[in-house]
Amino acid sequence: MAHAPVIEIEHLSKSFGAGEARVTALADVDVTISTGEVVGLIGPSGSGKSTLLNCIGCITEPDAGAIRLAGREIYANGYTTADLRRLRLELIGFIFQSHNLLPFMPAWENVALVCSMLGLSMPEARDRAMELLDYLDVSRRAKAYPSELSGGEAQRVAIARALANRPKIILADEPTAALDSERAAIVMDLLRRVSREQDTAIVVVSHDEKVFSRFDRMLHLRDGRLEGVKSA
Amino acid sequence: MNLAWRDIRHSPGRFLLTCLGLSLLLGVVMGMTAIYRGLVAEALGLLDVAQADIWVVEGGKRGPFAESSRIPRDTRDAILAHWGVAATGALVYQSVEIPHRGKILRVFVIGAEMGRPGGEFELADGRHILKSRYELLADPRTGLDLGEQVRIGRNDFTVVGLLKELSSSGGDPVVVMTLRDAQIVQSQFDPPAVHRDAARQTSAVGATDLVNAVIVRLADASAAEDVIASIRRWKHLSAMSGPEQEAILTRSVVDRARKQIGMFTAILLVVTTVVIGLIIYTMTLDKKKAIATLKLIGAPDSVIVKLVLEQALALGGIGFILGATLIRLAKDYFPRRLVFETSDTVLLFGVVTAVALLASVIGIRTALKIDPASALSG
Repeated sequence: MAHAPVIEIEHLSKSFGAGEARVTALADVDVTISTGEVVGLIGPSGSGKSTLLNCIGCITEPDAGAIRLAGREIYANGYTTADLRRLRLELIGFIFQSHNLLPFMPAWENVALVCSMLGLSMPEARDRAMELLDYLDVSRRAKAYPSELSGGEAQRVAIARALANRPKIILADEPTAALDSERAAIVMDLLRRVSREQDTAIVVVSHDEKVFSRFDRMLHLRDGRLEGVKSA
Repeated sequence: MNLAWRDIRHSPGRFLLTCLGLSLLLGVVMGMTAIYRGLVAEALGLLDVAQADIWVVEGGKRGPFAESSRIPRDTRDAILAHWGVAATGALVYQSVEIPHRGKILRVFVIGAEMGRPGGEFELADGRHILKSRYELLADPRTGLDLGEQVRIGRNDFTVVGLLKELSSSGGDPVVVMTLRDAQIVQSQFDPPAVHRDAARQTSAVGATDLVNAVIVRLADASAAEDVIASIRRWKHLSAMSGPEQEAILTRSVVDRARKQIGMFTAILLVVTTVVIGLIIYTMTLDKKKAIATLKLIGAPDSVIVKLVLEQALALGGIGFILGATLIRLAKDYFPRRLVFETSDTVLLFGVVTAVALLASVIGIRTALKIDPASALSG
């Protein structure tokens, strides 16, 4: 399968604060990520990993530079907050450190919610949710509420939700931080599988060295600068 | 997908408990309105029973309900002779306290001439007064039973019939007796000075053939103004039409209560708004992470607004229904009559809906300000 560039970042800069309190979070970052890739964003705390993830996720607007997602230039087209939210819904799936499933909905509804927001009817959304839960081997827990799921099960459901919109990009923020090493390895293998089979670019912010071997590439950030790109 | 309903369904106990708390507040609001309606119904009940075209009372007085009034009983015969008058009846009104089963019972005595205007009463049980003396009709709220004997003044009376809910404007349950009996009761309850003056024959007030009002039924209702003008020419009498008497009664008895209850109701509605606002605000804060996640995964603002708004409306709606049910179940335990009118219920439902909408504004503003990036932080 030919992999196309789906995240294109050019000369991206972002600072917070003003005057002496000004902190440079990102400085002149250039990177391209293609579909089918699992890329790790690594670096010490405060190096700019989360800011970069937020910029890619249409959450934080950069001061300078450009980001193209699936060929669409964001931040430069006068997109409103609502437009960017719609873009996230259509292009991006999110996986969080703690699963962030809605506590008042069973597993299948958490997944189906994204489908229904995309305009699928309830039966279609339900079928899609069940298909994804089955794909991630957690369909037997479809009716369980998040509080009834184990950490690993909840993270699988969260991955299913991230896949519900057939995203081109998945952004994962420390997805294994709340899991033991065995479950962390399972989740990372799952993300690699998703990346290959769904042809999705996955960007993972992580401090966990044990999962570094699962990345196709690692982008090392320090003080907001891209220090190096390392193939795993 | 209805998120508000799913959130409620997930923890119904907590939500219903909140609704119950709110329902008690709304129940009090409904109770206040019902008390006011009850006051009006009680105040005007006596007028409705009398069905008078014209009320004739003591000159310069607005009696018999707003002020005391005493006129000779034979006034009714003089008025009956008027052109256009079809029938007249004399009435005596007196509040008394009587011993009953070891307690003091406060009742409003109506003395009426059976078969004449003012002497017709609807019965819930028993029979009408047939003897000229010592028989009573009683409102069931007196606690008197059919056949029971009760001492009023220096005489014993037998309860022969139970009235359909009838109270004075002060809320006291009514007992009905013949005019003669009521005149005697009234004289027995007069202050000692009046009895002394009567014995000396220095005061007409002590005379026992006095009544508080004469009511007039006209052959032709359009003749009311002429008859009233004619009666007013007798300087010792005042005359007013049925609607005038109703207006006096409403002004003197009900108006202040209306303002008082209106103030309480307004304060309670403000409290309700604040309470719903705080509940919705707290519920929104509880869902801060869920709302941030929703925004991050691309949910439009409409989904989030609906989540908050629908919960606020559900809270108001369920609180209203529970409140309405509870106050209706409790109405018989209130010492005064509660009257629920559909128009009040519909109006209050509209107000509660508006209050819920207003209160949800704080929650919606809070929800819309939540930063989606906060879903990513730990």
